[in-house]
Amino acid sequence: MAFSATTKIIQPMYINSARSPDKSDSCNKILSPSSFLGSNNKLFSISKTISPLSRRSATVVAVSSDVVKKKKVESNPASNLLITKEEGLELYEDMILGRAFEDMCAQMYYRGKMFGFVHLYNGQEAVSTGFIKLLGNRDCVVSTYRDHVHALSKGVPARAVMSELFGKATGCCRGQGGSMHMFSKEHNVLGGFAFIGEGIPVATGAAFTSKYRREALKEDCDDVTLAFFGDGTCNNGQFFECLNMAALWKLPIVFVVENNLWAIGMSHLRATSDPQIWKKGPAFGMPGVHVDGMDVLKVREVAKEAITRARRGEGPTLVECETYRFRGHSLADPDELRDPAEKAHYATRDPITALKKYLMENSLASEAELTAIEKKIEEVVEEAVEFADKSPVPARSQLLENVFADPRGFGIGPDGKYRCEDPKFTEGTAQV
Amino acid sequence: MLRIMGKKLGAPGFTALPAGLALRSYSSSAKQMTIREAINSALDEEMAADQSVFLMGEEVGEYQGAYKVSKGLLQKYGPERVVDTPITECGFTGIGVGAAFYGLRPVVEFMTFNFAMQAMDQIINSAAKTNYMSSGNISVPIVFRGPNGAAAGVGAQHSQCYAAWYGSCPGLKVLIPYSSEDARGLLKAAIRDPDPVVFLENELLYGEAFPVSAEVLDSGFCIPIGKAKIEREGKHVTITAFSKMVGFSLQAAEILAKDGIDAEVINLRSIRPLDRATINASVRKTNRLLTVEEGFPQHGVGAEICASIVEDSFGYLDAPVERITGADVPLPYAANLERMALPQVEDIVRAAKRACYRSLPIAATA
Repeated sequence: MAFSATTKIIQPMYINSARSPDKSDSCNKILSPSSFLGSNNKLFSISKTISPLSRRSATVVAVSSDVVKKKKVESNPASNLLITKEEGLELYEDMILGRAFEDMCAQMYYRGKMFGFVHLYNGQEAVSTGFIKLLGNRDCVVSTYRDHVHALSKGVPARAVMSELFGKATGCCRGQGGSMHMFSKEHNVLGGFAFIGEGIPVATGAAFTSKYRREALKEDCDDVTLAFFGDGTCNNGQFFECLNMAALWKLPIVFVVENNLWAIGMSHLRATSDPQIWKKGPAFGMPGVHVDGMDVLKVREVAKEAITRARRGEGPTLVECETYRFRGHSLADPDELRDPAEKAHYATRDPITALKKYLMENSLASEAELTAIEKKIEEVVEEAVEFADKSPVPARSQLLENVFADPRGFGIGPDGKYRCEDPKFTEGTAQV
Repeated sequence: MLRIMGKKLGAPGFTALPAGLALRSYSSSAKQMTIREAINSALDEEMAADQSVFLMGEEVGEYQGAYKVSKGLLQKYGPERVVDTPITECGFTGIGVGAAFYGLRPVVEFMTFNFAMQAMDQIINSAAKTNYMSSGNISVPIVFRGPNGAAAGVGAQHSQCYAAWYGSCPGLKVLIPYSSEDARGLLKAAIRDPDPVVFLENELLYGEAFPVSAEVLDSGFCIPIGKAKIEREGKHVTITAFSKMVGFSLQAAEILAKDGIDAEVINLRSIRPLDRATINASVRKTNRLLTVEEGFPQHGVGAEICASIVEDSFGYLDAPVERITGADVPLPYAANLERMALPQVEDIVRAAKRACYRSLPIAATA
C-alpha cells in the first residue's frame, strides 16, 4: 500500500496580509520521501506527487483571491493588518477561554467531578474562534462530541457548560446531555452529536430551513449554518450525501473539516484513499478550500469568504482546516500512537502563542492587556467551576421529563385520563 | 361472505369493501374514502393550514408519490414545499431532523420503512432522543411516514414490519392506522404534534375504501394519540390488532360469531404510547386475550401486550395469552410460502377457539 507523504515546515504566522491564505499554505508544503511524522510506518511517496502549485486548482484560487484582495482594500485603508485592535482582543479572549476551559475540564475529570466520555479541544481553538466569531446569534452551529469550545465561542456561558459537564441541574441541558450533547436554543447550538457524521445532515437541515424560510415562507432570512467535523468523518457516507444535497440545492452552509490527522488512533493517511479532503468539494460542485487551521487570522479570512458566499445564496463551501489536537482523542485515550516529534512540532505552532505574537508585534495590544485578559478568563473559569460545584444534582422527577415536548406522549393513565394531568406522575415514584 | 383478498389486491386504485360491511346497510350519505385519499387529504389540509409543514422524500413530487399518495401536492404547493430527494435516506432524514430542530415541521416520506433502516441513526439518535438530551430546549416536530409490513410477493428485504422496533424507543410516538378515519385523524394529529412521530402505513391498504362521516372530513378532525379503538364489542375473547390485521380480525370475529364466540376486536392505532388501559379493561371483561400482528414473534408488540396484561390483570385471565405473529423467518417470496408465513383469518379463528377452550391446546408451532 502506498501513501503520499507530506512534511510540514515550521512556519511563523505571516503578517503580510497581501498574501492570500492559500498561497501561503501551498508554498509551505514540500514533499519528501522520508517518513512523515506521526505514524510508525515508513511511508513511500507515490508517483502522483503534488507540487505546491498544483494545489491551487482553479476553483480554490477563484474563491480566495478576488474577495480577499477586495477586503484588504476596503476594511483597513490605514493599515495592512487583517484585524482591528478590538477584533484582535476578542479573538484572543475567545481562544484563551477555550484553552483555559478545556484545561480545567481535564483537571476536574481527574478529580472525579466529570465522568464518561470527555473530548478536549486543545490546539484547535483557531478554527472555532476563527469561524464562530463571525456569526450572528441567529446563525447555527452544529458540532460533534468535541463541542465544548464551539458552544463557548457561540456564546453559551462557561458556567452553563461546566455545570452540564458536572451533570448538574443548572447545566445548559440540565445535566441530561453531558459532554457530547451541548444544545442551546438561545444561542442556536444544535448539538453535540456522539456519532461522527450524524451532525452533518442535521446542519444541512438547518441550512435547508434558512432557504425554505426565504423561498417558501418569503421571510427575510439569510441565516448561515456551520457544520464542524473531523477528518475521520470525511470517509463516512452521510458526509457525501450532504455535500451532494447542499450543492444541489445551494444551501447556506459551510462544511468545516477540522483535520487534526487522527481519528482516535487511526491516522488520516491510513484511512483515506485521497487524504486531501478539500478536493472532495469540487467533486460535488462546490469550492474546496484548504487553510492552515493553527492560524486564526487565516482561518478568519477564509471563513469570511465562505460565510459571505453562503449568505449571498451562492451555496456551500468545504473548508479543510489543517489543525492538531494537543491532547488525546478523549481523556480516556492514552495517546500512544502519535509520534512525540509530531506533537512537539505542532506545539510550536500553538495558535494562541501565534496570535499573541502577532498582536504585540503589530502594536495592537500590549503585554499588560493580554495578561489582563488571561487573568479575567482564569477567574471566569474558576467561577464556572465553583458555580457547577455548588449547583444541585437534577431532581428525581427530572428523570421522566422532557421525553416528549408534549407530555401527553406518555399516554393514558390507568384512570383513563392523560398521564401528564396526574399530579403524582412527576413525583419520582410513578410507574411508567 | 366478502373477504378481503389481502396481499393480492395491491394494485393501486382497487377498492374493496371491508368485511362485514356487506352485511350491513348504511345511509347513502356515508362517503367512501380510500386510505390513499385519506392520507393525501390530510397532508393537503395540514400543508395549507401551516406554511412550515413540508413534504420530502423519494418520488413525492413529480412522480406524484411512489404509491401516488402525494398526488397533486407538487402542483399545488410547489417544489419548495414538496421536495424530491436523491436516494440518500440517512442524509435527507437528517436534513428533515435538522429542519425540525430549527423551526420547520417536516414530513419525511420513506418509500418503505425497510429503507428507513439506513436512516435509523437519524431517527433514533437525532430525532427521538434530542428533546430529552437537550432537556426540552430543542423539540423535534417531525413525522416519518411510509408503508410498513408485507406487501404482495416483494421478498424478504421489502416486507418487514417495524412496529416493535420503533415501539421500543422512548422519545418516539408510533402510530399505525387501519381505516381511512384512522389514517386521516392520526396523520393530522401527528403533523400537529410537537414530537417525532413514526407513522406506519400499509401498502396493501392504500386502495381500500372505508366509509367516512362528515366529522372525519372536517379539516379540524384529529384523533388523540395514545388511545385505541374498540372496533367491535364482544364478551368472550379480546383480540388486539393493528393495521391490516384489524381487517382480518374483524373477519375472524364474524366467523367466530357463528360458533357462538363473541370476540371483541381492538384496533390499537397507537403502538407507542400503547393504550394499556383499554386493553386491560377489555381483558378484565372477557378474560381471554389474543394478540395479532404481522411482524416477527420475538420481542414483538404482542409480547409487550402480554407482559402488560400479566403485570396488571393476571388474576382476570382464564386462559394463556395467544400470540399470532408472522413466522420467525425472513419473508419468503413464493406465494404459497408467503401465505404460510403471514397470519391469515383461519389462524386467528383457530387461536380464538383455543383461547376459549373449544379445541385441543397445541404445542407451539411455526
